[in-house]
Amino acid sequence: METFLGLDYPTWWFLVVGGLFSGYAILDGFDFGAGAWHMFFRQNKSREIALKAIDPTWHGNEVWLVIGGGTLFAGFPVFYGTLLSAMYTPFILFLLFIIFRGISIKFRNMEEMPWWRKMWDWSYSISSIMLAVLLGVVVGNVLNGMPLDENYEYIGGGFFEFLNPFSILVGITSLALFMMHGGIYLLLKTEGKLYDRLQDLLKKGIIFFIVSYLITTVYTLLYVTHLSEVFRENQALFVVPLLVFLSIANVPRLVSKKKYGWAFIFTSLTIALLFVLVAFELFPRLLLSSGIEANSITIYNAAASTKTLKIMMGFVAVGGPLVLLYSFFVYRTFWGKVKVDAESY
Amino acid sequence: MDVEILSRVQFAFTIAFHYIYPPLSIGIGLLMVVFESLYIRTKNKQYEVLAKFWTKIFAITFGIGVVTGIVMEFEFGTNWATYSRYVGDIFGSALAAEGIFAFALESSALGVLLFGWNRVKPWVHLVATLGVFLGSMFSAVWIVVANSWQQTPTGYHIVGEGMQARAEIVDFWAMVFNPSSVDRLTHVWLGAFLAGSFLILSVHAYYILKGRYVEISKKAFKITLVVATISSLAQLFTGHSSAEGVAVNQPAKLAAFEGHFDAEAPGDLYLMGWVDKENQKVTGLKIPGGLSFMLHQDFETPVTGLNAFPEEDRPSQVNAVFQFYHLMVAIGMFLIALSLFAMWQWKRGKLFEKKWLLWTFVFTAILPQLANQFGWFAAEMGRQPWVVYGLLRTSDALSKSVQANQVLFSLILFFIVYSILLLLFIYLMNKGIKNGPYDEENYDEGSLNKAIAGVVLNDINK
Ligand code: HDD
Ligand code: HEM
Ligand code: HEM
Repeated sequence: METFLGLDYPTWWFLVVGGLFSGYAILDGFDFGAGAWHMFFRQNKSREIALKAIDPTWHGNEVWLVIGGGTLFAGFPVFYGTLLSAMYTPFILFLLFIIFRGISIKFRNMEEMPWWRKMWDWSYSISSIMLAVLLGVVVGNVLNGMPLDENYEYIGGGFFEFLNPFSILVGITSLALFMMHGGIYLLLKTEGKLYDRLQDLLKKGIIFFIVSYLITTVYTLLYVTHLSEVFRENQALFVVPLLVFLSIANVPRLVSKKKYGWAFIFTSLTIALLFVLVAFELFPRLLLSSGIEANSITIYNAAASTKTLKIMMGFVAVGGPLVLLYSFFVYRTFWGKVKVDAESY
Repeated sequence: MDVEILSRVQFAFTIAFHYIYPPLSIGIGLLMVVFESLYIRTKNKQYEVLAKFWTKIFAITFGIGVVTGIVMEFEFGTNWATYSRYVGDIFGSALAAEGIFAFALESSALGVLLFGWNRVKPWVHLVATLGVFLGSMFSAVWIVVANSWQQTPTGYHIVGEGMQARAEIVDFWAMVFNPSSVDRLTHVWLGAFLAGSFLILSVHAYYILKGRYVEISKKAFKITLVVATISSLAQLFTGHSSAEGVAVNQPAKLAAFEGHFDAEAPGDLYLMGWVDKENQKVTGLKIPGGLSFMLHQDFETPVTGLNAFPEEDRPSQVNAVFQFYHLMVAIGMFLIALSLFAMWQWKRGKLFEKKWLLWTFVFTAILPQLANQFGWFAAEMGRQPWVVYGLLRTSDALSKSVQANQVLFSLILFFIVYSILLLLFIYLMNKGIKNGPYDEENYDEGSLNKAIAGVVLNDINK
């Protein structure tokens, strides 16, 4: 197989797609988190500020999902087809909540009536929570593996198959993670009363995350043993879970010192490291066949042609810096605390 | 009902719904760029007011366009898994290019466009507006390339067999510039300009009729009329060129467009008609030999008809394809006639004097929308029974693991949610139009410019 800088193209593409999805989780993660906290703010004014904190940028963040989806489709079409059709119900729900989240943000402030705003506040918050949970549920199912046939087609049950204890645990953990992450983001963007309230809420959020993370970890070690295999086989890799642990432990420390900028960097790092952890647990598999092991989808049997992968590496090389440049410009334009008056955005 | 029918209905429903919004976003985007550039060049605040007003309306169409578009991207995987594996190499890379090159630009620039009026210099803001517009134009490029490849595949080879067969790219540029992509892209772009410009014409005609915002509405109407006239004329050429391409690359589709059954006979051109598939007869108003003439400049040359293809290789809904196609063309002709007539009245200095003409413009906004929908339905139903023309059948393209009850469930959910979206869209558009570009109560000649700029801003900030 052809290689580039010592790695073959499917491996490169595995890194690209993984990078895009962890970028998505970091960026839209704080939007989901902010949304999940939304109904904890009691006054209309606070909700307005909280919404303004993400308003100019959430759509740009969502584009990471669009690009991630496109690169997954293009790079690993076999995986894309199997995963989305096997996880039909959660993906359809995910799409519907994406719709509600988007229009809630856009339309909430187009009318003055209190019932109108309340309705969109609820819709925004519930959809953010559900999006965070559903993302986790899908990741949980991928980690868990599913029954596949020799054409890499899913052969398990339909409607409710995606709900199992492990995937629900991962779903709740990802909600908790995003709430911690989003809470810190909001602290960076607000001041005054809302800021004080958020400080209280964040403490609870951190406890919620640590508890759910521990439960999920213990459950994984006991019942989803194939995931820890690589670490047992190659003990040097233990450094990865260790880093995750250190990174998580750093967050409450920084939060108690009110260094929220740094805390945000460490929640982001935690998300990225969790993706690295997942990558090690899976590689080179993408989806484990829970019946016949040989039917598993790997980066090799799922990949598009080397030619396509090369072309798309070119797209990423040219487009990636452009995307970062636009994002940099937008975040710079809207940097700083949100103020609500006619002169602000 | 089986999975195939349900998935097709769901796909058609969700894409047709999505396609209400992109043409408006692209078309309005073009005119926002025009208004804002005029403002920067002339410093006339009226253009700024127009740019801001249409940005508000744009925010609504764009918002719904985005959320319904994401559904489309993932629906290929959920409902058409076999198709996704088959075309991933090609379709996937177009979709990825779309995300990286178009949507990223579009969405980042959007933040500045909507929220940056006071945060950046006027020219930077114009760059952002232009970024959003160009982003939406690029996104049309990639998605239409992907769809055109599936109509007229080139630059690929097939590897693997049976369930594992897939198309792989051999020549990227041959894939991008497949025989139909340029014609169809220009046709789609112009269709979008028509959708946007006729909406703008409609709203400003309404204001003029109601005696509101008359002065700026006249300005806006004239500028937009120029865009509409050029686009509707150009649409005839791209459409004709598309039809010539279809005759070569998808003869069964062309035969269905005109209800032409005889395997080898001169083709007639119908102005309108009704196809009786059983008896292979079309009743209607026709130019005998007209189709032959359009394609070969000669009334006698035979055109391949439906009977030249085995039953299982040709579109089954001939009458529907025929009607969609003819309605689109009829609308196109009407738009040309209307805009040329209005140009002529303008030249005579009577553009705004004829009430009936303005009322016609008020209602015409719906027609380009319909033509866009009809055009896609004709093109896509005419492609049947193939998803990838000549290579992969629609019935083979499904997700094997998805069950009918799941699709029924999602179809019902989409139906409910999209109905809500449509109601919201209509409500908010109506409100935006009623509120108008600025608050007329506080209309004050002297400090007009300052006042309207201020009011519009407050509105946007709400
Ligand atoms: C004529 C052009 C056109 C066509 C045929 C389509 N779209 Fe679309 N799409 C756009 C033109 C567009 C746009 C103008 O770029 C949108 C609409 C309004 C907007 O906000 O962006 C958009 C939004 C949009 C988005 C959201 C992007 C974002 O987050 O900014 C996605 C993922 C898609 N589309 C995907 C699709 C798919 C998979 C289609 C085919 C099945 C499709 N679109 C047909
Ligand atoms: C945006 C405007 C579009 C409209 C209004 C439209 C319309 C339709 C309709 C009506 C069908 C159902 C045909 C039938 O079942 O008889 C269909 C099917 C389909 N279209 Fe499109 N389409 C559009 C764009 C696209 C694009 C851009 C692509 C891909 C790049 C695409 C790919 C497909 C596929 C995969 C199917 C499913 C299989 C099938 O039923 O043929 N469509 N479309
Ligand atoms: C003026 C006369 C027109 C002619 C002769 C014409 C011709 C055509 C043809 C032949 C196709 C099928 C192309 C294919 O299947 O590959 C098509 C598709 C289409 N038409 Fe038209 N058209 C006309 C007017 C319009 C107008 C006014 C609009 C919209 C405002 C429009 C929008 C579309 C769209 C969206 C499609 C589907 C995309 C595509 O296949 O290009 N058309 N048209």
